[in-house]
Amino acid sequence: MALRTEVVSLVAVALLVSTGGLVPRGAAAAPGAAGPDFEAIAGQLAAPATQTTAIAALGGLTDPAVEPLLRALKDGALYRWNTGVAVLGDDGALRDLAGRPVLDSRGQPVVPREGQEAIALEQASFGRVQAILERLQVFTGDPEARRSAAFKLGSSHDLTAVPVLARALAKLRLLAAVAATRADAARALGRLRSESALAELRAVLEREADRATRQTMQVAVQSIDSFVFLRSVVGYLFNGLSLGAVLLIMSLGLAVTFGLMGIINMAHGEMLMVGSYTAWVVQELFATHFAAHLDYYFVIALPLSFLTAGLVGLALELGIIRFLYGRPLETLIVTWGIGMIFSQSARLYFGDQTSVNPPTWFRGGVEVLRGLIFPWSRIFIVILALGALAALYLLLRYTYAGLRVQAVMQNRSMAACLGISTRRIDALTFALGTGLAGIGGCALALIGTVDPEVGKTYIVDAFMVVVLGGVGKLVGAVVASLGIGLANKLLEPAIGGTAGAIYAKVAVLAIVIWFLQWKPTGLFPSRGRAATEAAEAG
Amino acid sequence: MSARVTRRDFLKGTAAVGAGLAAGVGFPAVIRAQGGKEAIKVGVLHSLSGTMAISEAPIKEIVLMAIEEINKTGGVLGRKVEPVVEDPASNWDLFAEKSKKLLLQDKVAAVFGCWTSVSRKSVLPVFEKYNGLLFYPVQYEGEECSKNVIYTGATINQQATPAIDYLMSPEGGGKTKFYLLGSDYVYPRTTNKILRLYLTKVKKVPESDIAEEYTPFHHQDYQTIVGKIKSFGAAGDAAVINTINGDSNVPFFKELANQGLTADRTPTMSFSFAEVELQTLDVKPLVGHLASWNYFMSLRTPENLRWVKAYKAWCAKHGTPDKQCVTDDPMMHAYVHVHLWAKAVAKAESTDVDAVLRALEGLEIDSPVGKYKVDPKNHHTWKPVYLGKIRPDGQFEVVWKSKGWVHPEPWSSVTYPSRECDWSNGGKGTYDLVEGKHVWLSERK
Repeated sequence: MALRTEVVSLVAVALLVSTGGLVPRGAAAAPGAAGPDFEAIAGQLAAPATQTTAIAALGGLTDPAVEPLLRALKDGALYRWNTGVAVLGDDGALRDLAGRPVLDSRGQPVVPREGQEAIALEQASFGRVQAILERLQVFTGDPEARRSAAFKLGSSHDLTAVPVLARALAKLRLLAAVAATRADAARALGRLRSESALAELRAVLEREADRATRQTMQVAVQSIDSFVFLRSVVGYLFNGLSLGAVLLIMSLGLAVTFGLMGIINMAHGEMLMVGSYTAWVVQELFATHFAAHLDYYFVIALPLSFLTAGLVGLALELGIIRFLYGRPLETLIVTWGIGMIFSQSARLYFGDQTSVNPPTWFRGGVEVLRGLIFPWSRIFIVILALGALAALYLLLRYTYAGLRVQAVMQNRSMAACLGISTRRIDALTFALGTGLAGIGGCALALIGTVDPEVGKTYIVDAFMVVVLGGVGKLVGAVVASLGIGLANKLLEPAIGGTAGAIYAKVAVLAIVIWFLQWKPTGLFPSRGRAATEAAEAG
Repeated sequence: MSARVTRRDFLKGTAAVGAGLAAGVGFPAVIRAQGGKEAIKVGVLHSLSGTMAISEAPIKEIVLMAIEEINKTGGVLGRKVEPVVEDPASNWDLFAEKSKKLLLQDKVAAVFGCWTSVSRKSVLPVFEKYNGLLFYPVQYEGEECSKNVIYTGATINQQATPAIDYLMSPEGGGKTKFYLLGSDYVYPRTTNKILRLYLTKVKKVPESDIAEEYTPFHHQDYQTIVGKIKSFGAAGDAAVINTINGDSNVPFFKELANQGLTADRTPTMSFSFAEVELQTLDVKPLVGHLASWNYFMSLRTPENLRWVKAYKAWCAKHGTPDKQCVTDDPMMHAYVHVHLWAKAVAKAESTDVDAVLRALEGLEIDSPVGKYKVDPKNHHTWKPVYLGKIRPDGQFEVVWKSKGWVHPEPWSSVTYPSRECDWSNGGKGTYDLVEGKHVWLSERK
């Protein structure tokens, strides 16, 4: 509440200032806006002896030209010019304080001479200039900048900021002389579950002499502590769920190509990459052609990444993989090679400097508990993973096409006898698997990198999920990804230390290995004659 | 059939490579210095494929640009400079193989190369064995001082410790708690070891106010860590010191922004994250976070404006999109050290490695950040330090600048108070000062 009133009052101050400030700022372009006084002070910046006083004087001015002047001084772009100073523009020519190009006697723009040194800012004054610039930020029009500046003022040791921040200081009541006030403050902080005040509260508690107040403070500390604990547990569970969803969406396609079809597709990671790059290309197209509707690029990118990756998969199946059925080792090596070709082609064609920016509605998140934010992009991935899973399940279970896919995968020759074109089914199933990988890549671009190497970071995890879940079972992939995700995210804080993330990964791998020793066919082994025969043959 | 052809080709190929190597070893290195008006070959050893290509490919471009500039003004000693570009493909073993090839087969006068410390460590024995000359452009963890390497990037005291000083100062927000986060390899581990000592011994920060954490390469999931940072800095008195390498920065910063951790509460100070890497990110959530370097593209010195303009022209000529055409700190060092080498060769009137090394001692040169100088003794360089804040346009706003040059400390004075390095006048590299006497490390058994 206090913060909100503070922000409101800041906005009010800023509005007052900006309405007053707009006039001179608009006039700055007109000749003579920078008055003689201002120019005289600016001129003093040039001499080391008068620089400190000039900076102090500028700090007291409200002239909007102060900011560009000080910024130029700080950036080393301020030059002596005749009796005054001039600023080096981005085009390499000098400009005067009103922003007009400085012309020499022949009417040509003036460029600093070779080796001409900019006016040096004294080391001792650097911080002072920075402080003035930050104070000026409080009066800018951008609320975010104002909030940020207000926060910085609080820790600036700058006494002139005190009136502005008087309200924010209310929190300091914790140090009040009257015990009742202190108790009140502690109660309020406990009610607010203010984690930021916890350290201070603990410190005050140590010194507290009054028994009753002490007790109140203890209660406050406990309530904050238990809240923080609850919040971490909820946070870890969500982290695990979200990592599980990431793993699921990574491996869903592989569950089809490897799980159902038995193709060891080492280029699966690169299929994800194709999806990510599709998202990037669509984003760039929108940025150049429909900049106003940039946010909607993702709506197009998601289905398109399915199509693109699916088509690439189809071409792969028709062109290469179909000749390798029944030869797993050769498939492995060939698809590994294809993966490398894909990633280097991406590097040559797109370069490394690509990034997918989530649409604005995916930025930030929802605050579930005070201080615990579930990012929208992660929530979206959870939903998308479940959606893709449901769609795949429905497709395989309830459609005629799905029935044929299952028939071919379970007993190829029998299916062929019944008149199903097994070749076509193979090709389409593989395309479906790579298409799902494409969707995964598109979604993962929201939270991760898009670069040519990205496939390699996904492939191991994806195989781990499918193998652990049991080859051939969708439910296996779901349980395995959730299990790995939760185990990883609960182990990470439990292990702690300086390398929690590393050891958690090692521990998860160890658990998976141990589990596969115990149950080599994974969590949900396929049953039936065909599977048993395959197991015996292998 | 195809298998047979492949095998025969393979044998032929092996024989050819073998013969080439044998020929390479056969000729002593001195001959190349007497080659008359033929071109002087130099090696360019930066990864153009694999994980490090994102950072190293632009370095190759700037090195080639510097060489072209030298050739346009008549070359060195009246001879053209001819670059031999090799792609070690982010593979550490390949770095060693390629450097051997450059030194023995191409007989290059100098090599400009390497980015990661592990690649440098893997080529080091090669350069020392065959007396080559390597120019290394990237900031690194120190604790090394080879006779055959000129380190133009920053040492810890030219990048990391000034950043800590700033964060603890009133302008930097008066931070008192530090979360040291890095990728799990030698640079972050050594940097953080030194920083921890610096924080506890020099800055008197209690151990409990320092957290340290490492993630594997290509780590993608920073949920837990960002959660921890959030609790750690809940009171707004903490800063993150980020030495995460390469692609993992993207998920880290995306998570940071999504979980609402802003720069004015908990700023992140990065040491291996410059303009080039910034182009790969959605910058908006990063605005206000900090980086420490010896150069920023946004510096408005006439020399820098000229350099950036020249590089933009180079990009246009070579088809690099303007958006991706940015300069950064390691590129600046790489550009400067090519010119440094040329100046030293001209001064020494020879491309002989020992003569060039002698000429390099204390050599000064103009650079985009002003004057730049090689230390007279320890093969590192003197340069200014800048701290910058990320701007919405993917550039940095300078918020702090060191007073003049900062001297290089290959052996941090915090961890090794009495250790120095000296290669001048018969110096033998690293030594400890024991009771006023030099005890050379190379002479200890």
